[in-house]
Amino acid sequence: MAEGGVAAALGNVDDRDNWRVHFADTMRGGQYLNNWRMAELHAKEAPDRVRELEAWGAVFDRTPDGRILQRNFGGHKYPRLAHVGDRTGLEMIRTLQDYAVYQPIDVHMECTIVSLLKDENRIAGALGYDRERGRFKLFAAKSVVLATGGIGRAFSVTSNSWEYTGDGHALAYNAGAALQDMEFVQFHPTGMVWPPSVRGILVTEGVRGEGGILVNREGRRFMFDDIPENYRNQTADNEEEGWRYTQGDKNARRPPELLTRDHVARAIMKEVREGRGSPHGGVFLDISWIKSKLSNAEEHIKKKLPSMYHQFKQLADIDITSEPMEVGPTTHYVMGGVRVDGDTQMSTVPGLFAAGEVGAGLHGANRLGGNSLSDLLVFGKRAGQYAAEFAGRQSSPRVDSRRADEVARAALEPFDREDGENPYKVEHDLQAMMQDLVGIVRKEAEMRRALDALKILRERVQKVSVTGNREYNPGWHTALDLQSLLTVSEIVARAALERKESRGGHFRDDFPAKDPAYGKFNIVIRRGPGGDMQVTREPIPEMRPDLKQIIEENK
Amino acid sequence: MDAGQSGREKTAGSAPAKTFASNIVASGQRAAARTDTSAGSATRTASFEVWRGSGPSGRLETYTTSVSEGMVVLDAIHQIQSESATDLAVRWNCKAGKCGSCSAEINGTPRLMCMTRLSELNLSEPVTVEPMRAFPLVRDLVTDVSSNFRAKTRIRKFTPRPPDAPDGTWRMQQSDADRVQEFRKCIECFLCQDVCHVLRDHQLHEQFVGPRLLVHAAQLEMHPLDALDRTTDLKDSHGIGYCNITKCCTKVCPEHITITDNAIIPLKERVADQYYDPLRKLVRLMRGKKTVRPENERTTSGGLR
Repeated sequence: MAEGGVAAALGNVDDRDNWRVHFADTMRGGQYLNNWRMAELHAKEAPDRVRELEAWGAVFDRTPDGRILQRNFGGHKYPRLAHVGDRTGLEMIRTLQDYAVYQPIDVHMECTIVSLLKDENRIAGALGYDRERGRFKLFAAKSVVLATGGIGRAFSVTSNSWEYTGDGHALAYNAGAALQDMEFVQFHPTGMVWPPSVRGILVTEGVRGEGGILVNREGRRFMFDDIPENYRNQTADNEEEGWRYTQGDKNARRPPELLTRDHVARAIMKEVREGRGSPHGGVFLDISWIKSKLSNAEEHIKKKLPSMYHQFKQLADIDITSEPMEVGPTTHYVMGGVRVDGDTQMSTVPGLFAAGEVGAGLHGANRLGGNSLSDLLVFGKRAGQYAAEFAGRQSSPRVDSRRADEVARAALEPFDREDGENPYKVEHDLQAMMQDLVGIVRKEAEMRRALDALKILRERVQKVSVTGNREYNPGWHTALDLQSLLTVSEIVARAALERKESRGGHFRDDFPAKDPAYGKFNIVIRRGPGGDMQVTREPIPEMRPDLKQIIEENK
Repeated sequence: MDAGQSGREKTAGSAPAKTFASNIVASGQRAAARTDTSAGSATRTASFEVWRGSGPSGRLETYTTSVSEGMVVLDAIHQIQSESATDLAVRWNCKAGKCGSCSAEINGTPRLMCMTRLSELNLSEPVTVEPMRAFPLVRDLVTDVSSNFRAKTRIRKFTPRPPDAPDGTWRMQQSDADRVQEFRKCIECFLCQDVCHVLRDHQLHEQFVGPRLLVHAAQLEMHPLDALDRTTDLKDSHGIGYCNITKCCTKVCPEHITITDNAIIPLKERVADQYYDPLRKLVRLMRGKKTVRPENERTTSGGLR
């Protein structure tokens, strides 16, 4: 769960910070494939959204003068993440929930949408089922906002929960909306690797923000060995400077552990592949070493990283205040998603909006830590606002009830089949295949094999059967989720095949270098009229001169 | 990769690196030792008696599955689900003790399935896994906990004092934040509600909001920015008097919130001070007024369905 914090240039800890620096950091981190308008709006509006949360009751950690404290994170030039220990996401959920229960909002808990409905070209509503009773629910709507998160469950090692099946991506795709940047999947460098049952669970980047270091089995801080050119000016070249940075020295540059996630994840993979990894196939992340620097290190770690302390103690028998953690890359986030208008968040289907991880554009080829919580606040608000405005201008759409009946009938088919395959088995095979063939290191031949494998998996999905009845039946839910997983897996594989270079979260073993020609367009995928997947290259619009200048000034 | 050599020269041989090296080599050996016990040879089978069904037809069913080191109860439940009971209903989400979804009664004790390691349990006997008994059963291990969300709307909402600074922001000290941050750690797993005898045995949901919601009230009452006084509500409509401080809630809290000592007792003291202190009672009678209550406040509209 989101732990580290929400990125907003409040300038409370370092007054040199402002939206311009945040904008430039976000664009550099995304390797300039970002929708620059979204990056601009995000950097400008994130501070207001954080202050709004405080006005709704969120209690962020404080600076000595009583303002919202901010911490260091990868790719952010200044301490920028407003946080609550290492449970910032929980604080945001609770604040929003506690605010929303007093608003006149109808909440349909545990209701899964299986299809969007359209009236000609525009959105007309959605059909879903409630998990508790398995009854179908038909919603007529002038506008729909997708806020379904990501696709982590398409891979076997992931920090994501079962809900991240790419359902929103698939709903939008099936409704005819364009998706973009789907080749960019973020593998977070630090997931747990031991014991096996917790493999993939997130270890927050906040550990490194607080001074945690990455070392291989020889005890070497390997992150110093490879610092990318475009970050060299901002990165410490010795351990002492890196430590001073984490302790707030404004004249120090950040340690290489706080380089962007794509880079750190690949550096860890390199150590493991070259035989310098930890016993369970990761590397060591050590925060306990700060005892040599701070007299109250043990209490400090427990105060700043309570969830991590608790998580390792309880799940792995490791006391992180006295010994290092074993960590390795885990599927964490998809930069790609529904292609939207930067200001309104409306997709290419009138009335369909997307916010947060299911939307695309803000993060380009790689997302900076902390930019997802600010993304969902800034663009969640915008999507809601413009969806409401859009709905206000529209006449009531016609809901095609025959189409709704068809969707509902198809959704019930797994109950009619007998002796079909177990949906969990098919899901497991799909995850293992994607992890193996379209994972952190990719090559053409493997991705072609993945597309073949997906064809076979699609046939298997058409034959899965489930037992029991419709009431809270996870086997049935998994059978339906498989449809979304198949769709997004194929989209990721096709987009990744198309990008014959390495950039951000997308690494091609057969094209290991960045190719400037590929920096000029986004890869866009749509459903063709015949149901085929169409892959196109859409040029990135020329950046406004004032924004270009900000990037130059921050180089 | 071209930076490799220069980086190497700069860091190699520095004193801290040596300390790390010996530390890491030692922990590498400890980690490897853990591998030995978690290897295939350590895999064994265990039995689980899992509650199945809804309504009067509910019963415990026995499942056997293989278990290995590091597994938690939720892993075993998932394994049973994928091997032999595909429709086994279980609510879960983060698998890291942070979402509060997988609450159940394991060998009779309310716990999170994702944070209960099999190595803590006696596997020579079947492990029983049952739904939380204080809430209406949906099916198998899933219960209807929506009453907790409805109860929350009975507690008057967060109402901040005017901002402290001209830019619309507030100032608060970390020491003041600390007190409510303990309560705001709550993951709403509702294990405290499940174990509370006022709710579980006496079913007084209408009269008593329960420990989770008293923790919620405490974070509002002690919130550095909140300007309301909910003492009257706590006494009259939230039923704080029903709690007789058996501390069962504190014992089951997976976030180790000291529910009774830090949240409920201070609230009880406020009620006692305001209502049972003779001097204050006299002042109140003379003033003829209770507490501040903004007129524009809504407490009951909307809510969860």
